[in-house]
Amino acid sequence: MTEKRNVICRCEEIEIDEIREWIARGYDTFDELKRELRVGMGPCQGRGCRDIILRELSKATGKPISELNPGTIRPPVKPIKLGLLAEDK
Amino acid sequence: MMDFPKTADVVIIGGGVVGTATAYYLAKSGRKNVVLVEKNTVCSGSTGRCGAGIRAQWGLELNCRMALACLDTFEQLDEELGLPTGLNQGGYLLVAYKEKEWEQFKKNVELQHSLGIKTEIFTDVKRAQEICPGVAVDDALGFTFYQRDGHADPFLTTFAFQEAAKRYGAKFYKFTEVTGLKVEGGQIRAVETNRGTIECGQVVNCAGSWAQDVAKMAGIHLPNWAERHEILITEPVDPGVCPPMLMSFSGNYYIQQRPHGSIIAGESPSHEPLLGYTSTAHSIESIAKTIIKLLPRAKNIRVVRQWAGHYDMTPDAAPILGETDVKEFWHATGFSGHGFMLGPVAGQIMSALLNGEKPPIDPTIMDYRRFERGERIVEPNVV
Repeated sequence: MTEKRNVICRCEEIEIDEIREWIARGYDTFDELKRELRVGMGPCQGRGCRDIILRELSKATGKPISELNPGTIRPPVKPIKLGLLAEDK
Repeated sequence: MMDFPKTADVVIIGGGVVGTATAYYLAKSGRKNVVLVEKNTVCSGSTGRCGAGIRAQWGLELNCRMALACLDTFEQLDEELGLPTGLNQGGYLLVAYKEKEWEQFKKNVELQHSLGIKTEIFTDVKRAQEICPGVAVDDALGFTFYQRDGHADPFLTTFAFQEAAKRYGAKFYKFTEVTGLKVEGGQIRAVETNRGTIECGQVVNCAGSWAQDVAKMAGIHLPNWAERHEILITEPVDPGVCPPMLMSFSGNYYIQQRPHGSIIAGESPSHEPLLGYTSTAHSIESIAKTIIKLLPRAKNIRVVRQWAGHYDMTPDAAPILGETDVKEFWHATGFSGHGFMLGPVAGQIMSALLNGEKPPIDPTIMDYRRFERGERIVEPNVV
């Protein structure tokens, strides 16, 4: 039988169990989970995982998602090749 | 939610690597009721934004000794703390482009050798390319390389200190901002925060860029300031793009590839004091140009993020460690861009000082009053 895995962050291959484990240790903000597990640090910048993780945080803290800090989203909006950035305009 | 404490033995202000390491070593030494307060979340300031480098290649004996002690600590830290720190000892390859810089490198290496730091010094570009494949450094005058140098993961390291400190009973309170310090009879008595007042016997200010503001609450003037530095990271790619920390003071760059595959690169600003975490379009372009010049084959690797962080600077770019004129009000701050690599040893020193024991490295020279006396700790090997 194949192992049942529930991958939440596909960029960094982080499973829901790991997210829940760190929330239980008190890492109950998006940015703390990001620092520990790299969720939201991959090429998709959290487009895939942010909503699911915020939902988990909401469940754990009892706060509505609208009151949670969604974490910092950094430039660039989409990955850009170094060669393109370095080009003279 | 834990009840907020009314009393503590020691209160540590600031949850960067220096604060969490201090909490860990104090709690491990048997101190009960160690409390750390952090105005945001642990690792949200300079530590979490840093370039992650650890090096023993310094030009001042004090720094060489501290850094060596840090390497020794980092090499067994995963085991000690029970969590990984992401240590990767790919060495630091330092590149000299200027005559004066190269002469200084020769002196530094002589000092390093006398202290047991077996730095390699050479001018052959081919040797540099063995260490860092394809690196374009024909314009360099010479290189130094020390294999034990490298980098670790600042987040994992800081959280590992936090988790290990908790196991020894230390308590951490995030979103807890210090609003005042109570001093009576020339001695620190309490820390006032947005969540209540904690009466305590000792306070350690590890507030980094905000240490000056915290010190002022007890009437102590620290000459620190925050300097903004910018940095970027790429998508993960196969290893071997930049195995060492490739760094140059005159070239104004540092580049390294994490074991995870991402490449981190940064540069120094024009040294004007700038408080703020805004990243700029100018910087992402400028760093990209530097990477392409040094590692032309990296041109198709994509940048996924850029950010900014602070160097918590002092006038001589050396830390402030020790007690202040207010009794039992201690400082471990002003690491000037090297807090991550020196943090573990700073924690050991602070723990010893607070316990009235002999610290592993004598920090006397790092007293903050040196600035009033007109003394400086002059380190030639800084960005």
